[in-house]
Amino acid sequence: MARNDGKVSGFRDAKGDLRLENVTKSFAEFTAVDDLSLTVPRGSFFALLGPSGCGKTTTLRMVAGLEQPTGGRIFIGDTDLTGSRAYERPVNTVFQSYALFPHLTIAENVAFGPKRRGDANAATMAQEALELVQMSHLAGRKPAQLSGGQQQRVAVARALVNRPEVLLLDEPLGALDLKLRRQMQVELKRIQTEVGLTFIHVTHDQEEAMTMADTVAVMNHGRIEQMGPPVQMYDLPKTAFVANFVGQSNLGQGRITGRDGDFLVAEVQGTTVKIPSARCSVESGEVTFGVRPEKVSVARRQPDGTGNDVRGRVLDVSFIGVATQYLVQLPSGTVWSAYEQNLDLEAMDLRPGDEVWLTWKPGHAFGVAPDADAVKAAEAAKVGSTQ
Amino acid sequence: MSALAHVGAGGGGAHAAAPPQERAGKSWLPYLLLLPGVLWLVVFFIYPLAQLFAVSLYSDYPDYPGYYYQDVNFHNYVRALTDFLPHFGRSMLYAGLATFFAFVLAYPLAYAMAFKAGRWRGIMMILVIAPFFTSFILRTIAWRQILADDGPVASVLKSVHLLGFFPNGRITETWVAVVAGLTYNFLPFMVLPIYSSLERADPRVIEAGGDLYANGFTTFRTVTLPMSMPGVIAGTLLTFIPAAGDYVNAELLGSDTGTKMVGNVIESQFFKVLGGYPIAAALSFTLMALILAMVFLYVRRYGTEELV
Repeated sequence: MARNDGKVSGFRDAKGDLRLENVTKSFAEFTAVDDLSLTVPRGSFFALLGPSGCGKTTTLRMVAGLEQPTGGRIFIGDTDLTGSRAYERPVNTVFQSYALFPHLTIAENVAFGPKRRGDANAATMAQEALELVQMSHLAGRKPAQLSGGQQQRVAVARALVNRPEVLLLDEPLGALDLKLRRQMQVELKRIQTEVGLTFIHVTHDQEEAMTMADTVAVMNHGRIEQMGPPVQMYDLPKTAFVANFVGQSNLGQGRITGRDGDFLVAEVQGTTVKIPSARCSVESGEVTFGVRPEKVSVARRQPDGTGNDVRGRVLDVSFIGVATQYLVQLPSGTVWSAYEQNLDLEAMDLRPGDEVWLTWKPGHAFGVAPDADAVKAAEAAKVGSTQ
Repeated sequence: MSALAHVGAGGGGAHAAAPPQERAGKSWLPYLLLLPGVLWLVVFFIYPLAQLFAVSLYSDYPDYPGYYYQDVNFHNYVRALTDFLPHFGRSMLYAGLATFFAFVLAYPLAYAMAFKAGRWRGIMMILVIAPFFTSFILRTIAWRQILADDGPVASVLKSVHLLGFFPNGRITETWVAVVAGLTYNFLPFMVLPIYSSLERADPRVIEAGGDLYANGFTTFRTVTLPMSMPGVIAGTLLTFIPAAGDYVNAELLGSDTGTKMVGNVIESQFFKVLGGYPIAAALSFTLMALILAMVFLYVRRYGTEELV
């Protein structure tokens, strides 16, 4: 620390919540991040989720100091980090490609950060960090001698050893195979709980974001579409994009025609449906209606009562083990899917071409601002998944 | 149908015998492929080298200059190292200086090409390589004009009163011109390997240096430079080795006395001095041994499993 001037230590000692205020990043003719504001509470596990090109990695790089925003400010606690360089910030990154120093041993890689900060105990700290990720037995090797999973752990240790105020993870599990990825998800979560640092995890894998994060922000076109705890994100998407991106949704374009107590009544492609008014982000006019596939049940006969049902023809039946997925084409031509858990002793034995009724509890329905593109995308995802 | 049957039968019949045969085939094939190269090396390298070594031990008939007899006379080597020690010293010194200056010029150039050039990269690459389209000798002769006493460089230096700092108040026919020529001629051999090792470096790794509290200079010193070391080592070897054996630059840009290198002595002993063959051979062998020893020490010191 001694050899750094006061300004550097000033940035480096920043503590508190990470706060982005109206952050914008424009490249020549393209706005990667558009007026983004968010607060990540200190010590939380935060996931930035979105498709490639949505601006999540650019956001991360601006927090790291590897890019500077074209507008807006970035704070940690009360310290304004905007304009400071990467090496001045109490922020470390686990890069997607790991970016380990190929000419240094694993121990030297991990000790790099503490050494640069002039820490006399760099070697000991590196040793401890490698123990945390269970890699101390390979401390003497070079990165090229390690497998992808091992390099990944080293990359985490190299960032963690600095005890940064914010740890950034840029799709760190993207290059690992499925089994290893699951294992590392659990491990990263354990480490985060153990060290209690703020983790910001960028990913395009919604399952990864949901299983690990306390808070998920879904990004699209440089903006945050919705932010909240995973359960809430899944249960009540606020936009059609989120309904599609976080899990699957059955969507339909419709129009709100009236009100029935706590419910809004909507006409969706020739079917009358109810949406709890608390679960609908529009009050009147055009609406995109949605319900999750596992909330929809399949029956051979029209069930009594509720009125939330629609007739269709089975397109495809796929047995997945714990559940069976049905693709059903509605009279309007829209394709919906339904998951039925295989609980019954006798299987329903439906075949493509059979007439069925789809039904769901009105409380499970949701309504979002109309988005015809998202409805098409939802359908493409379903039909595509069976081909 | 018959073809199918034939293939089937052939496959079945050969089944037991095929694997050993295949293994035998694999064992001689690589040697066969090596043969032309080995023959070439034996005829045009190993044999002449042995011949040269034999000549370096010849003795001459004192009364018949230009006539030798086969001998094991190490006196040639003693003479090579005593009479021509200054030339060895100059060869090493000039080659060392040229390597140093080439490195100083090449590294920033290679760095700019790898990281900053963008769409100009291709053009810069062509500019680095372009001189090779003209003969080495011709280019060196051109430098004679450039560095001549009334040439552009000397005139400019003279007008700003800096020419006085050069030996004898001139550039041409001094060691400065020789080192400048060597530096110029071998610069591309320094640029290209450094460029290729920098260009291969993952920019994320360099960013990681900044992310881990190293400022720009520290990142360069601890990450970028070490990562380009294989290129630096290859470049220095490709510059030093030919520069140490060079005689064209000293011949064309140097003076008749005081700037001659070992290469010039070997050349004149072989072609201009009657009876100089054994001493020229001894000089050639000594130079080769010296360079090999230096390269060996250098690679041992900095050296590097990534080089190969």
